[in-house]
Amino acid sequence: MHNKSISELAAGLRAGEFSSVELVQHYLERISSLDPQLNSYISVCNETALEQAAHADQQIAAGDANPLTGLPIAQKDIFCTKGVKTSCGSHMLDKFISPYDATVVARMKQAGAITLGKANMDEFAMGSSNETSWYGPVKNPWDLEKVPGGSSGGSAAAVAARLCVAATGTDTGGSIRQPAAFCGITGMKPTYGRVSRYGMIAFASSLDQGGPMTRSAEDAAILLQAMAGVDPHDSTSVDEPVPNYSATLNDDLSGLKIGLPKEYFDSGLDDQVAKSIEEAIEEYKKLGAEVVDVSLPNTGLAVPTYYVVAPAECSSNLARFDGVRYGHRCEDPQDLEDLYKRSRSEGFGAEVKRRIMIGTYALSAGYYDAYYLKAQQIRHLISDDFKQAFEQVDVIMGPTTPTTAFGIGEKADDPVTMYLSDIYTIAVNLAGLPGMSIPVRPVDGRPVGLQIIGNYFAEARLLNVAHRLQQTTDWHQSAPGGFE
Amino acid sequence: MQWETVIGLEIHAQLATNSKIFSGASIAFGADPNTQACNVDLGMPGVLPVLNEEVVRMAVKFGTAIGAELGKRSVFARKNYFYPDLPKGYQISQYELPIVGLGHVDIVLDDGVVKRIGVTRAHLEEDAGKSLHEDFHGMTGIDLNRAGTPLLEIVSEPDMRSAKEAVAYAKMIHQIIRYIDICDGNMQEGSFRVDANVSMRPKGQEEFGTRAELKNINSFRFLEKAINFEIERQIDVLESGGEVVQETRLYDADKDETRSMRSKEEANDYRYFPDPDLLPVEFDDDFITAVTADMPELPEARRQRFMDQYGLSIQDAVTLVSSRMQADYFEAVVAVSGDAKLSANWVMGELTAALNKEGQEISDTPVSAEMLGGLIQRILDNTISGKIAKQVFDAMWNGEGSVDEIIEAKGLKQITDSGAIEQIVDEVIAANPQQVENYRSAEEQKRGKMIGFFVGQVMKASKGKANPQQVNELLKQKL
Repeated sequence: MHNKSISELAAGLRAGEFSSVELVQHYLERISSLDPQLNSYISVCNETALEQAAHADQQIAAGDANPLTGLPIAQKDIFCTKGVKTSCGSHMLDKFISPYDATVVARMKQAGAITLGKANMDEFAMGSSNETSWYGPVKNPWDLEKVPGGSSGGSAAAVAARLCVAATGTDTGGSIRQPAAFCGITGMKPTYGRVSRYGMIAFASSLDQGGPMTRSAEDAAILLQAMAGVDPHDSTSVDEPVPNYSATLNDDLSGLKIGLPKEYFDSGLDDQVAKSIEEAIEEYKKLGAEVVDVSLPNTGLAVPTYYVVAPAECSSNLARFDGVRYGHRCEDPQDLEDLYKRSRSEGFGAEVKRRIMIGTYALSAGYYDAYYLKAQQIRHLISDDFKQAFEQVDVIMGPTTPTTAFGIGEKADDPVTMYLSDIYTIAVNLAGLPGMSIPVRPVDGRPVGLQIIGNYFAEARLLNVAHRLQQTTDWHQSAPGGFE
Repeated sequence: MQWETVIGLEIHAQLATNSKIFSGASIAFGADPNTQACNVDLGMPGVLPVLNEEVVRMAVKFGTAIGAELGKRSVFARKNYFYPDLPKGYQISQYELPIVGLGHVDIVLDDGVVKRIGVTRAHLEEDAGKSLHEDFHGMTGIDLNRAGTPLLEIVSEPDMRSAKEAVAYAKMIHQIIRYIDICDGNMQEGSFRVDANVSMRPKGQEEFGTRAELKNINSFRFLEKAINFEIERQIDVLESGGEVVQETRLYDADKDETRSMRSKEEANDYRYFPDPDLLPVEFDDDFITAVTADMPELPEARRQRFMDQYGLSIQDAVTLVSSRMQADYFEAVVAVSGDAKLSANWVMGELTAALNKEGQEISDTPVSAEMLGGLIQRILDNTISGKIAKQVFDAMWNGEGSVDEIIEAKGLKQITDSGAIEQIVDEVIAANPQQVENYRSAEEQKRGKMIGFFVGQVMKASKGKANPQQVNELLKQKL
């Protein structure tokens, strides 16, 4: 049951082969027996998931079902979920029960999906390995000694280990695509503004974007369909029609122009990973695509630019966690300053504090022009690189990450090395473009992700390109040992 | 040494919208604590601001009213600082690109001279909540009802040179926001807050002195007092060889003094940056045209028209246009009476006095403009004298009926029958032989004054109803 696609499961439910209650029960049992190895969930909604399933069964019986009705989904714990603990992976919000639903959660509920639980993540989405979570690291189901990637590591591990049908993630600098690559699943970061950020706890507002994390492009199309669209609660969501993503999945790829940026195949890229990527590109050629060399000359500036913009925004976004209205409050504060200092010192972990301090510095009087303003200018240059590339090609392809999943603890003490694991993904966020990662041939049993970058609002094209490869290859179908 | 005062004002006008600037919660005054604060106002994790478009329209109206350059592309910025009643840890304001740029207003000084005061900028921002210290032992209560209330911060140039000028400017801004109906102007409830930057410099010096910012001023009277106190304080400091410190000072109305609140050393670095949750506010000329289509005639223009059209003095015109309703009332009185000067006198005199006595606004007046216009007509057509008219006005104020009903009922109609007046004149002359003798023996130039006695006696005898002009003429003949 847990290896079926979304459409197969929906058909099974409609045909009465199994009920939503049975399906949810099945996943709850898998979580209870398998997740202790992985730690991919922060909260599991045992009771409410079964209640929602019973309701879904009634809807299905009444012939009133949507494509996601009755299907158990994991929500990254960054999405506010009414009545459920929404921790964002932080001690700060360990006791925070959200009074409202994020737009993504509300839309998924509207589409009939069941909230199975809340997926583990790096604290406040700051991390590339899921090691910064207050709830402990998540293990990679392909190799329990390796990280699952981050920050949406819990979502990626849960999808790969078949502990949910699909999951949501968020991506600020690669937080959907990088864990998708490390865990061998399909993940998409849509165009900035395609999915509402309302109720998604903000890390870096101008970069954050929610998206689907699934086992296939076909499933991703269904999930994105439910998530996407303009939201009156989010002024930065874009009022652009949402196409039917499933309708164009099988479109022919002959004549598709694929751009390969030379900067993505430089010396930093692992040889084995490069081979897997090249093999996938060869598959695309067989499907009729044409390959063009392109250049994204400002690629090297992406990581430093990101580490000014994202911390600057986060230093302001996280100011609301002050121990006054909700969240962690220190014991017995002596005065206001003591309340602030201790509540925040105790509530936040080291990586979050590091970024708040970097961001505060970057925005300070006398430094603003040199850092924040300069970074925003470089952002334009990076966007222009892509703009020029998309004048020649339809999609850009390359590796999602320079290596396969690294070991737990391997980079935890070296933030700069850790930051460089997002070198191929970050520029996409800075430009606001949509990007996907799909699994290609693994290296030594560890997954490798192919990144596909599209022009603004080209999600349908990306899903189509990803799906066609998944029709001719089976890399996306293999399950990690012990979780088949 | 001769000192020159330099004053600039920062005015926070609360915009009279139905809901908050970035959420749908109500902004009505006086609700129970935290009953008008939604998830957005509480700064819950994940919430986002959505701009209330009404505030843009209001700011555009204001910018147009002060002849300002409008920022067709303005940007909201975050002003970052920690305070318990600031839920997000930052205030959403405008920094580098405000919605209203450089403009000006004209004020009229006591001597009738018109002075132009520059308005540097006006920008939109959200208000913070309130910290409550009473009723909480060793703790602070937080009321977030006010958090997110829309404000227009109006910043003047340092163009004012006295407390009186500052008050005239503040009143002018107050009049404008009331005329265009974007703020209720209630200073007691904090809908219109004035902070004053005051500094001194030796007369003739170009460079500004160090300024102090005065806060907590909730009336025009206190504005004048606070500035005057501060001017004296700064002169004292400077003349005793000291230096004025750049600081914020609170005005204490009970003690009539300003006290240091915080100095610049403790000032925050607000780390302003464009708010990534909000798009730049952009509009075009069509929008401005549509928004300002229903703008009323503004105080300055109306003042000029009152002078041109009605021949009023600048001071009378300034007084009459000080509120839109009073100016409307005046024009309605003139429409009925046909005499602008007399109408102005009645509106600024009897009517204002009666309203002040009752502590009422012109909207509450029991004497409508039509009634007052009718009263003035009866003066002009000699039905009653100006003196009797005051009696009639009081009767109308008390709801005793229309002008003509009261004149009729009280028998107040002026006596213009010369026979009847002559009879009274004769009686008065007969009853006062000594005064008649004195008058007749007096020199011509002294007689003018002496005749007043006889006029008074005649008026008294007629219970004020005799036409004074006729009385005068008859007395002159007969004496």
